[in-house]
Amino acid sequence: MNLLGYFRSQRKKSASVAKERLQILVARERAQRGGPDYLPALQEELLQVIRKYVEVDQDAVQMHVDREGDCEILELNITLPEHHQ
Amino acid sequence: MAKTVVVTSGKGGVGKTTTSAALATGLARQGHRTAVVDFDVGLRNLDLVMGCERRVVYDFVNVINGDATLNQALIRDKRVEGLYVLAASQTRDKDALTQDGVERVMTELSEQFDYVICDSPAGIERGALMAMYHADDAIVVTNPEVSSVRDSDRVLGILASKSRRAEQGDEPVREHLLLTRYSPERVNKGEMLSLEDVGEILAIDLLGVIPESQAVLNASNAGVPVILESESDAGQAYDDAVARFLGEQRPLRFTDVPRKGFFGRLFGS
Repeated sequence: MNLLGYFRSQRKKSASVAKERLQILVARERAQRGGPDYLPALQEELLQVIRKYVEVDQDAVQMHVDREGDCEILELNITLPEHHQ
Repeated sequence: MAKTVVVTSGKGGVGKTTTSAALATGLARQGHRTAVVDFDVGLRNLDLVMGCERRVVYDFVNVINGDATLNQALIRDKRVEGLYVLAASQTRDKDALTQDGVERVMTELSEQFDYVICDSPAGIERGALMAMYHADDAIVVTNPEVSSVRDSDRVLGILASKSRRAEQGDEPVREHLLLTRYSPERVNKGEMLSLEDVGEILAIDLLGVIPESQAVLNASNAGVPVILESESDAGQAYDDAVARFLGEQRPLRFTDVPRKGFFGRLFGS
């Protein structure tokens, strides 16, 4: 760093901010990828069905597709609230 | 049987056409018969960058529709032996590239050439998917910038699921990263993602780094593939990338800032 630069503000460099944001985003997008195209619609409909009976949050239904050889595994995780009628 | 290489990126304006022109010219210069095909239907530009825009008589869609033979449509480059250009059509019909038609033309090209370079349009619509579909190798052109890196990652996902190799369960498309418009000065200042950063995020083999350079615009202004500007930094960086693509080991160049003297370090910004 040169003399002038030393006295400039020490805020975080934009490149490292960019890298962090990208790492998070890319990881999330990769996790969604590879699943069948109907996955988001299925997730939404499941949420609606569950909401007929229990009041749950928007993110209560979590889905994840894994692949083992020729076999696809759909993992479905539904979080119910702790106190419901 | 030709090796089919797609030059892709997702994002526009990162240097796909510049790279397609340079790569095709570089391969032909090494003695490989090479055809470079513009898949950007409606927005033809490869002909301009290659400097053959006034010699386009028939295009890709004419060949698909049977209005011309492939040999009538291929434009022979006047500078490099064994280099041919197939221009995109200027039609506004987005469905002009039919799956069967593209397949037929690619098969015919593959019989005549050693390498077929497919210059993909931006985006992930039909033309881009068609350009990717037949690929054996993919060169993913990326700028050290968030939107470009994200789009490149998306394109890598599509290559892994929608290409012919993926559909037929063959060995996957070989993916190569080409980092373009790289500015070592800005990387040093912490203002630009470094090649290590981009490499870490995309996690594919690095084919080369092309520095941000005046030579690229100058070359496209003149209709000369920048690799032929052998004095220029970008031209040399493309030459290295082509050599690496052909299996040669070459160290990276133009990725470090030239060292400054004492006063430069004291007062330079």
